[in-house]
Amino acid sequence: MKAAKGTVFKYGDNVDTDVIIPARYLNSSDPAELAAHCMEDIDKEFIQKVQKGDIIVATKNFGCGSSREHAPIAIKAAGVSCVIAETFARIFYRNAINIGLPIIECPEAAKDICAGDTIEVNFDTGVISDITKGTTYKGQAFPEFMQKIIAAEGLVNYINQQ
Amino acid sequence: MGMTMTQKILAAHAGLEKVEAGQLIEADLDLVLGNDITSPVAIKEMEKMNVDGVFDKDKIALVPDHFVPNKDIKSAEHCKCVREFAYRNEITNYFEVGEMGIEHALLPEKGLTVAGDVIIGADSHTCTYGALGAFSTGVGSTDMAAGMATGKAWFKVPSAIKFNIIGKPDKWVSGKDVILHIIGMIGVDGALYKSMEFVGEGIQNLSMDDRFTIANMAIEAGGKNGIFPVDELALTYIKEHSAKAYTVYEADEDAVYDAEYTIDLSSLRPTIAFPHLPENTKTIDEIKEDIAINQVVIGSCTNGRLDDLRTAAEVLKGRHVAKGMRCIVIPATQTIYMQAMEEGLLKTFIEAGAVVSTPTCGPCLGGYMGILAAGERCVSTTNRNFVGRMGHVDSEIYLASPAVAAASAVTGKISCPCQLS
Repeated sequence: MKAAKGTVFKYGDNVDTDVIIPARYLNSSDPAELAAHCMEDIDKEFIQKVQKGDIIVATKNFGCGSSREHAPIAIKAAGVSCVIAETFARIFYRNAINIGLPIIECPEAAKDICAGDTIEVNFDTGVISDITKGTTYKGQAFPEFMQKIIAAEGLVNYINQQ
Repeated sequence: MGMTMTQKILAAHAGLEKVEAGQLIEADLDLVLGNDITSPVAIKEMEKMNVDGVFDKDKIALVPDHFVPNKDIKSAEHCKCVREFAYRNEITNYFEVGEMGIEHALLPEKGLTVAGDVIIGADSHTCTYGALGAFSTGVGSTDMAAGMATGKAWFKVPSAIKFNIIGKPDKWVSGKDVILHIIGMIGVDGALYKSMEFVGEGIQNLSMDDRFTIANMAIEAGGKNGIFPVDELALTYIKEHSAKAYTVYEADEDAVYDAEYTIDLSSLRPTIAFPHLPENTKTIDEIKEDIAINQVVIGSCTNGRLDDLRTAAEVLKGRHVAKGMRCIVIPATQTIYMQAMEEGLLKTFIEAGAVVSTPTCGPCLGGYMGILAAGERCVSTTNRNFVGRMGHVDSEIYLASPAVAAASAVTGKISCPCQLS
């Protein structure tokens, strides 16, 4: 699998799907339109600043709340290459894997890494390197079953391959 | 080592004698659910799959309920997409405006969810059906698409937290207070990835509507599902509403739990979750200052059922909402609406100065039918009080029971019926 490298946007605990993509925009399911409002209610500058490949790092329970797949879709369409968190809410976790947005649970990285750091993530090994700080962390590798879904770039392709 | 109630249901649907926490399984689905927000994305994903139609047209439920009656052109297009898919695939359980209701109130009422089922829904509050002894959990649109195509879903078998319910609640304490108390105690990620299994003699003192409310908000503690044992009351409900075959599962005596809590219903007080997380709870007695409010919403998949409307009407009967208060009452289904009308509840609401809406999720997720402006506060019987959930990012939502919501509408500040003259 490929690796991700980018600049970090850092958030705290319990970033919910309502702030990732507010429901007032859910009358659309177009990824580009959703991306234009990504993180709007928690960080108005996110969408102006985010560059292709950038990485979101947050602490506990990222993606809690609604089951809207629009949340990982918006994040992916905004150009984010990976989300790292201490823990993820379970529906967001499934949704991210199912649409092929790489996510990694790593409490140490989630705690230490700061906004603006440049970091690199190796999806095969789960190793996260903070290039700015010169530190490395070992994230939780995916179970084999999920690796297959991610390698197929989502559940739809995985099912088609079977 | 024995299995929890949830693990037993999952094992049976995976064709396995035994499962244990952490195991990845593929389970057969008894029902796949979607609404007008999540289904269009699922339909688009399903079209990319090499499949010929849905796995079983009787085991899919499509309920446009979030932005219907259509709030704008884009919502109308989404609903049209769902409607056309339903007709094209001859989906038995598609519910058009006029027959629809809020999905998690509607499906049990229509007899589509029974004990022992495995149900996925592209809506986080799909966990509601645990009140009937089903394993039901929220998923996203791609899982819904795969479920509609194959009739299967993959799960990581959850471990569980056991809540031993004892005692009898006071007059103005309901299922909403029970679940807010629990979320306040364990936090919004206190049951992350886990089952919340409710047991104990106190359950007999909780109505079916109380249980639906409690199971509904398991997701607000991060839970994968919430589940109740199937007692006489649940069996009576299932037999009254459904002709489907059901199976009663019970946890093994030696089932292992990650944690156990005892909840004494007699010690609970009306409980309110302050902005901006459902875990920020205070009992009515802990609120020392006056918290003035602008709006009250009584409804949603959490608290739009008949018991909820009866309680609200009991509080509002012979009273009037405070000057300047907007009190919005939303019966969750057409049947509930009709029953409320026949019992005179709607008359009570209108005489009290409240408005009554057709069934919709509208205000709960900031869609329409009660959006808040900057600086406004709402007491709501809904399930989330996140930043911007009901409108402007500078508005505030206080989650409460129908009793507290109705009393607050009368006084214009957060109140309990016991505080009314």
